[in-house]
Amino acid sequence: MQKIKTTYLAFIVAFLYAPIVVLIAQSFNASRYRGQWTGFTWEWYEKLIESEDIINAFSNTLTIGVTSAILATLLALVTALGMRQMGRQSRMLLRGLANVPLLNADIVTGISLMLLFLGLGLKLGYDTILLAHIVISLPYAMLCILPQVLTMENVWYEAARDLGATPFQAFRKVILPELMPGIVAAFLLSFAMSADDFIVTYFTKGAGIETLTTEIYSELKLGVHPEMYALSTLFFCGVLVFAALLMLNYKVISRYRAAERRGQEA
Amino acid sequence: MNERLSSQRFLALPFGIWATLFIVLPLFFVLWNGLKDVENGGFTLVHLQTVLQWEYLKALGLSVELALISTFICLVLAYPLCLILRERKESRGLLVFVLFLLPLWMNSLLTTMAWQTILEKHGLINMFLQSVGLPEVHIINTPLAIIIGMVYNFLPYMVLPLYVAINRIDSSIIEAARDLGANPYQTFRRVLLPLSMPGIVSGSTMVFIPALTTFVISALLGGNKVLLVGNIIEQEFTAAYDWQLGSALSMVLMVFIILNILLEAFTDNGEQAKKGVRP
Repeated sequence: MQKIKTTYLAFIVAFLYAPIVVLIAQSFNASRYRGQWTGFTWEWYEKLIESEDIINAFSNTLTIGVTSAILATLLALVTALGMRQMGRQSRMLLRGLANVPLLNADIVTGISLMLLFLGLGLKLGYDTILLAHIVISLPYAMLCILPQVLTMENVWYEAARDLGATPFQAFRKVILPELMPGIVAAFLLSFAMSADDFIVTYFTKGAGIETLTTEIYSELKLGVHPEMYALSTLFFCGVLVFAALLMLNYKVISRYRAAERRGQEA
Repeated sequence: MNERLSSQRFLALPFGIWATLFIVLPLFFVLWNGLKDVENGGFTLVHLQTVLQWEYLKALGLSVELALISTFICLVLAYPLCLILRERKESRGLLVFVLFLLPLWMNSLLTTMAWQTILEKHGLINMFLQSVGLPEVHIINTPLAIIIGMVYNFLPYMVLPLYVAINRIDSSIIEAARDLGANPYQTFRRVLLPLSMPGIVSGSTMVFIPALTTFVISALLGGNKVLLVGNIIEQEFTAAYDWQLGSALSMVLMVFIILNILLEAFTDNGEQAKKGVRP
């Protein structure tokens, strides 16, 4: 039985990693065309820095991702604080509203925003992508921040105010540190949603601007530049290292906690 | 009530404005475009009637069919996986879990394209089959290729909610069923399945909607030979510039999305009601 289970896990892992292995192999393939292997090369990694299209798309993805994540997190935080004092029903209404872009299909969100922007007379471009990305990452930011804000106790804030802190000081020194884990999670998840989005960006970007995902899509017809494989291989290795560090950290912490527990029992 | 904090409620005001502008209003723009009478002004049902043409109904039917099949395959693949992950949660569970989340970080356009390399006529699978002397298989540009792409892209959406639901089931309940003489099938049918139902429903809705509405997977792996509803909408907006028809088709998709939300809401409520009766 154990053997069957391990085989099954191996099968799923093979299924999940097969295309990733293919992509990594392609980043070292001397041929420009996929599907034929003509030898090993570092060429695409060297050319990556000179490839203007990719660098431009990459910087757009990065700046849009960071800006939209900051704004979505801020809006989610302010809204969550406002929702603390609300009744059950209005809270449910706001939550439902916030969840619409999450439940809706990306293609409907994309075209509805495009129709809105054009209907309002805006020119599609960098700013419309930015707005659209705040729309799609806001539900995820709310999901991270809202539970923390709603379960937060009032007493600490009250105590700070009684001890003479101004509302701003009390917020900065008491509330903000307590909410920090949720805020960080909201920022990271929002950034990931923005950087990974293709469909909504595709409909709201207009001509003349590309993010990494739309750049890949536009290259698909004529064949993706191998530099793109190099970039995503580098990125994947980065994620791999990060995940390994995270797990190492987790192991160290749990070992430390186990030791502490044993210490208390003794 | 706390005097100092009562004014805090106004902090939700920016969100109210934001939601009206960027969440509610865009949907009205879709409705307006789908119902607008371009020639005479006013409203018309003409665009919705166009949707009823055979060509569009066929694409819609195929989309629903492929999305249902993919959702079912995701469920069948994910269920045993989650059961195994649940058993291993003590030992190497974290490692296995991270292993399943990592592929999410690879760009899905690129991984879908890599499936082209694997499935195509002179691709990796056929190269392998040839080398061992077996006949070639024809997968690329068929509905099967699209299903493989959908399962690959959306499997994590099934695994995550299902894992949460299955992991929450108390082991002692399963042991009790076994002790009382239930065989493995009965235990599954009468204990595991009902208790994991919320995870099954929420995972299925999370896979079904993106699978139903995708245009990227069908464009890359279907080679424009298999048209899904998403492809038609995309073409109406980017190539044919028939926004009215595109909006009308989107309205049809919105009906599916609303049905999905209702389905999930009802199972959620059912769960809560049950808990209320037997705390």
